[in-house]
Amino acid sequence: MEPGIVSWGVYLPYWRLERRAIGQAFGTGGGKGSRAVASYDEDTTSMAVEAGRRALTPPGVPEPADLFFSTPAPAYLDKTNATTVHAGLGLASGSGAYDLCGSVRSSWATLQLAALAGARAPALAVVADLRTGLPGGPDETQGGDGAVAFLFAAEGGVTQQLGHASCTDEFLDRWRVPGETASRQWEDRFGEEAYLPLARSAFERALADAGIAAGDVDHLVVSGLQARAVAGLKKSLGVPADRVAPDHAGVIGNLGAAQTGLALADVLERATVGQVVVVVELADGADAVVLRTTGALPAVQEARREAGLTAVADLVGEGRSDLDYAVYLSWRGMLHREPPRRPDPERPDAPASRRTEGWKFGFNASRCTVCGFRHLPPTRVCLSCQSVDQMTSERMADLRGTVATFTIDHLAFSLSPPMVGAVIDFDGGGRYRGEMTDVDPGSVAVGTRVAMTFRRLYTTEGVHNYFWKARPVSDGSLGEMDGSEPEVNRAEGAATS
Amino acid sequence: MSSTGIRDRVAIVGMGCTRFGELWDQGTNDLLTDAAVECTTSAGVAIDAIDAFWLGTLGAGNSGITLSKPLKIGYKPVTRVENFCATGSEAFRNACYAVASGAYELVMAIGVEKLKDSGYSGLTGIHKVGDGTNAALSSPAAFSFLVPAYCHKYGVDPDEMSSVLNRIAWKNHRNGAVNPRAQYQKEVSLEKIAASPRVAGQLGVFDCSGVSDGAAAAIICRAEDAYKYTDSPLYVKGLSLVAGPAAGAIDPDYDYTSFEEVVRSAADAYQQAGVDDPRSQLAMAEVHDCFTPTELVLMEDLGFADRGTAWKEVMAGTFDRDGELPVNPDGGLKSFGHPIGATGLRMLFECWLQLRQEAPPERQIAAVTEGRRTLGLTHNLGGAPGECVSFVGVVGTERSE
Repeated sequence: MEPGIVSWGVYLPYWRLERRAIGQAFGTGGGKGSRAVASYDEDTTSMAVEAGRRALTPPGVPEPADLFFSTPAPAYLDKTNATTVHAGLGLASGSGAYDLCGSVRSSWATLQLAALAGARAPALAVVADLRTGLPGGPDETQGGDGAVAFLFAAEGGVTQQLGHASCTDEFLDRWRVPGETASRQWEDRFGEEAYLPLARSAFERALADAGIAAGDVDHLVVSGLQARAVAGLKKSLGVPADRVAPDHAGVIGNLGAAQTGLALADVLERATVGQVVVVVELADGADAVVLRTTGALPAVQEARREAGLTAVADLVGEGRSDLDYAVYLSWRGMLHREPPRRPDPERPDAPASRRTEGWKFGFNASRCTVCGFRHLPPTRVCLSCQSVDQMTSERMADLRGTVATFTIDHLAFSLSPPMVGAVIDFDGGGRYRGEMTDVDPGSVAVGTRVAMTFRRLYTTEGVHNYFWKARPVSDGSLGEMDGSEPEVNRAEGAATS
Repeated sequence: MSSTGIRDRVAIVGMGCTRFGELWDQGTNDLLTDAAVECTTSAGVAIDAIDAFWLGTLGAGNSGITLSKPLKIGYKPVTRVENFCATGSEAFRNACYAVASGAYELVMAIGVEKLKDSGYSGLTGIHKVGDGTNAALSSPAAFSFLVPAYCHKYGVDPDEMSSVLNRIAWKNHRNGAVNPRAQYQKEVSLEKIAASPRVAGQLGVFDCSGVSDGAAAAIICRAEDAYKYTDSPLYVKGLSLVAGPAAGAIDPDYDYTSFEEVVRSAADAYQQAGVDDPRSQLAMAEVHDCFTPTELVLMEDLGFADRGTAWKEVMAGTFDRDGELPVNPDGGLKSFGHPIGATGLRMLFECWLQLRQEAPPERQIAAVTEGRRTLGLTHNLGGAPGECVSFVGVVGTERSE
């Protein structure tokens, strides 16, 4: 039994922006394909929760003892974002949660750190990116939003690490001063010239470390935001073109820090036992790792299919591509839309949020142990039999529900009106009234099936208000979260939290 | 629910009610002063003669000082009460109990709200400490849940449902058109109602009550003292207020076609008042038409129509001013808007005018003028479907026994 990757999860948002829509808005025309777009109620933290949920979905996956989170676009500075991810995943409080935020290259360190930690106790690495740029610029058109998660453990790894190498150099290819809305980039040709020798060196030294020849590589992943260098390397490293992993950037854009993980997940979903996978990432230097798939891979692939997890190759093709460019700009804060004549939403208060952590972040209900009635939000007194403090906590986040009644609210404050409200009845009991998202308002009906998703409702006075919303699913497709039986809560603490 | 009630033990002997509307020139103090002065004048007493006060307001002010300061009430008990949209009725109910208990001889219930100064559309909440997980749906959205649920349960076509809701709005505006105290004093055509922009779900602008400022007040005394103040008192027959356990919001058995709180409070008030067939016994009803589907569902919850039939009764004109049981003959929340603390007392004011035959001739109710019926009902609802408080009161001109 090898230490290594034992599970993974990929989250791509529902929305795609057609690059043509940008060209049309500026009257320049052109633009092919699309990019993945985080909705108005998503950020790197919420997407990280979604990726993490998918990694932890297959049955028998060990609970992580440590969580490492990396993003170049953190929702908070100074405050740890990984704790929000940790809470959203319902992980036990007796485990660690750490940010490695700032640059794209931090994501490599995150994966390496989790691999090292995972050899001792299960460790989850989550990488998310939300790529923005000035309107009409290449970062906006070529970027993409999404998140990936990899779970490492001491046993049952589907990969074995054969070798690795890194190169570092100090040069200005792309950068951003904190607080700025977009990154800057030096002339393309300069970055290309700087990267090529670094990446070649890392690749060759990693192969030498592993004792592998370029011709023995079955899957080559090369990623990075320096598109010219990446394209050049894919052709020149001596690995046949049909063994170079696709990056899906034409449809979803370049996910930045999450691009490597997306491509690796895609490879693991298609690879067979004993194949050599080389991953090279260009980010202010270059890192390379050589992996060999193990005999544990087929069972893991099968378990993922049985759990209803959608493969990367299929995820990429899902989503909705009729997003208006003006709406996209308003979501990213580039275009200020007239708000409704309503008060700003209320700031969540820190003590109240802490008291209800299991509800707000974990979406835990309380179920009466006397009569079985399930309460959302959790309560101490049973509605059905009035028993007091006879509750057990149940995680509802992974259960499906059905719309009992609904409304389209044109008056309520929303960052992307109208708000869609619904009364949701959960499988196995429990009712909750809340918001829907990733939804076509015209298609909601009594009886619509929904799954829950972790979102950022709004931000007031610098406080991000995270909570859960319902999104429509057709059983067996987009909604990977299939849960007939509620999981026992990982989180410690009072049953009523 | 068991309550003994205080049937015929107290009487209303004076009332006042301001005009409701966008009263930019009047502040809370002005509204309270106008309502109180009209009320004391009506009862023929000075404000000093009143022993105790109950002030209902959601947000116009805190504490009894909100009333004692502008009216310069000298060292008397003033209790400020709040119970969502039933606040005005709650002030009245508690004032009645104080007299019935024997603690005071003459008391005033007064309600006020000054909504238009907020600068926002619709009602706004008051900040409560929270974890940010309450769905921030607007009030029209919360009540619009009734529409698809009612259609689904009773097989009503959504277009037919629109006609029903439009007719409720049309009826209430028609009543308000002949009420000089209403916020909106114009009839509105069914076509205009149908064409109004959507606010939430199937609800358009004309399905929603307005936002307005206003105040109303009542003076209550022991029934045996009533004729000291007026020749035509109104006797309190039944008062019921219930707060639900908010079951509908969390119980999948709740189907969004009824307010259990209303059913319970109506049964209690009817039992106190000796009413067993409200549709044939009541001369009129003022109900909480915050949104048109609310009034529709209330017709069934208050026992005015059988389950699943109110939509047909609405279309048949049963609740029109000249129908079998006039509902909201003053124009309702639809025409008055809904200054929270004042609404319940404004409803009572219409009973005061109608049952004592002081309503203007153009909106008098035949069953009263012809001497056939003597009872009036007021109903308030606070909260939203599945999670609310409900008040039902019955008053009448005849003292039993």
